[in-house]
Amino acid sequence: MSAKSAKETTARPSPGKGEAAARGPGDPGPAGMLEMFYYLCLARAVDERMWALQRSGKAAFVISGQGHEGAQVGAGYALDRELDWLVPFYRSVAAVLMKGMPPAELFLIQLGRDPDPSSGGRQMPGHYGHSRHKILSTSSPVATQVVHAAGIAYAAKVRGTGEVCLTALGEGATSEGDFHEALNFAGVHRLPVVFVVENNGYAISVPVSKQMAVPTVSSRAAGYGMPGVTVDGSHVLQVYEAARAAVARARRGEGPTLLEVTVPRLTAHSSDDQQEKYRPSEELAHLRERDPVRVFAAELRERGVLTPAKEQEIRARITREVDEGTEIAEAAPLPDPATATRYVYAEPPDAGR
Amino acid sequence: MADKRFLDAIHDALHEEMSRDPSVVVLGEDVGKKGGVFGVTEGLYQAFGEARVIDTPLAESCIVGVAVGMSVNGLRPVAEIQFADFIHPAFDQILSEAARLRYRSKNDFGCPIVIRTPYGGGVHGALYHSQSIEAFYAHVPGLKVVVPYTPADAKGLLKAAVRDPDPVLFLEHKKMYRSVRGEVPDSEFTVPIGPAAIRRPGRDLSIFAYGLMVHESLQAAEALGKEGIEAEVVDVRTLRPLDTKTILASVERTNRALIVYEDNRFGGFGGEIAATIAEEGFRNLDAPPTRLAGPDVPAVPFSHPFEEWFMISAPKIAAAARALVAY
Repeated sequence: MSAKSAKETTARPSPGKGEAAARGPGDPGPAGMLEMFYYLCLARAVDERMWALQRSGKAAFVISGQGHEGAQVGAGYALDRELDWLVPFYRSVAAVLMKGMPPAELFLIQLGRDPDPSSGGRQMPGHYGHSRHKILSTSSPVATQVVHAAGIAYAAKVRGTGEVCLTALGEGATSEGDFHEALNFAGVHRLPVVFVVENNGYAISVPVSKQMAVPTVSSRAAGYGMPGVTVDGSHVLQVYEAARAAVARARRGEGPTLLEVTVPRLTAHSSDDQQEKYRPSEELAHLRERDPVRVFAAELRERGVLTPAKEQEIRARITREVDEGTEIAEAAPLPDPATATRYVYAEPPDAGR
Repeated sequence: MADKRFLDAIHDALHEEMSRDPSVVVLGEDVGKKGGVFGVTEGLYQAFGEARVIDTPLAESCIVGVAVGMSVNGLRPVAEIQFADFIHPAFDQILSEAARLRYRSKNDFGCPIVIRTPYGGGVHGALYHSQSIEAFYAHVPGLKVVVPYTPADAKGLLKAAVRDPDPVLFLEHKKMYRSVRGEVPDSEFTVPIGPAAIRRPGRDLSIFAYGLMVHESLQAAEALGKEGIEAEVVDVRTLRPLDTKTILASVERTNRALIVYEDNRFGGFGGEIAATIAEEGFRNLDAPPTRLAGPDVPAVPFSHPFEEWFMISAPKIAAAARALVAY
């Protein structure tokens, strides 16, 4: 990712931008690592606030990305966040924040308010989209978006835009026919697309052992003529390194990559799920050991990148941004039912006025 | 004006739109070198190259889903599903994605794609090469559904569909490809999606039909005319949005409505026309709005007598019209 794009796509000042040229390829440098840490913690704080809004009766539903942040921040950092496309799924909290959506917009979505930029209160929380940030609108059926990513990448290739498309999905979605059809098409046409499977081990309650007969999702890549890689999503820099290679390969015109990132699912599937019913208590007890926020913080402290002062500064900034974002969203109007029939089809420019 | 086959008119629309707009691409099974199993895309591969005329894997959900992705990144894809009978694996992509993208994003994204597919029976295609599928898709808000009858309409409506900002399902009756001919203007033109067309004026009853059933209805109307029954034949052309104004105005003139469709009768699209007439044109009616449609068996059985039994033909329409006039 170029320093230029970081500057232009990050709405808020991020630490130490503009140092990319001084580093070797693939080395995010201390400033880059701190930016990743910022997004990791921001995504977690936004997610926790979503739950708080739900628990206090202000939000109807939460679908969470907690535990997935390492996968999303590592992969997101490998993108040119201005040029490239993101085709997300419902756990892509960190990914859409990195792509430029501020916390207030995620809370507007969470509360179903009129200014919700993804759907204006038409979709359930977690269904992200934003054309200006090149984030495709998402639906609830899983894996349909994977085919769209192939189509976006095909258009990028024939139009010569230089764009790469990154799409994200869970391991459960890899059982859908659309996953196969998308990877097959992308493989045939050597498209500039990166398929990131955030494997948290469960499709709601169904463990991965009942989802597929092979030990890794990435091993399926062979069937599509593309490389398949599995990395540990608790280690953000490992994800970044793998994603950087996949994005670079796509950008060079060498085709797609299937990148599997193993992540812990730190919460229940959603606010309507009771995971104690199907997850062993032993597993739940040790879940936090794989928390990417905890693991990355320890790593950065060890490297001397994250000082106590720096950490305090980042966390204070996040608290402020999350509080401000919540206030903006709570003050925003709900949609007017009189507008519910709009935009079924394209409207003439003066319609609805 | 030139005399064209139905198939040639569709081909010409694609060729002209691809020449006019470099963002228009065609994708589907066998659409490339072969030119499609019916020959509709003949020569496009040679004229526009393999990047714009794409022979896809044999996967319908992929064809439509890829088209959706292309459409949000600057292309205008025209997807071909080889037979309407095989479109169902793409149902989710059409229903949940293409048709909802604009609404669910509050106009942030649109989905300008066309899905062309041959439908209908009468060609010995049996259960899986004969189906009429329009009822499933006309039910979906956000989708436009077009069923042309004349070659000029096929060309003009397809060109309008390619330029439309929303997804359009374009149904081509396969029996008409080589059997229906008609005058097509030489000059550049489009036919707007939406309005119905009155193909034959009449005073005694209105026959509402689309696709091949317009052809059969016109033949029936000729026969009825010799008996002194003047049938008005309305070519519905666009199922969604439906031109209820033209439909109701016709019933106001004739006071009787016969709705003809080839699909299974139960839950078929003609029921929507009948319901509209019953609700909004009740005071103009001298007889119940009546449906004449395919029997409720799972699509068209193969053997010739079976197929003849299934298909709605001019004599069947004429008989239904006589009964309605005598009501």
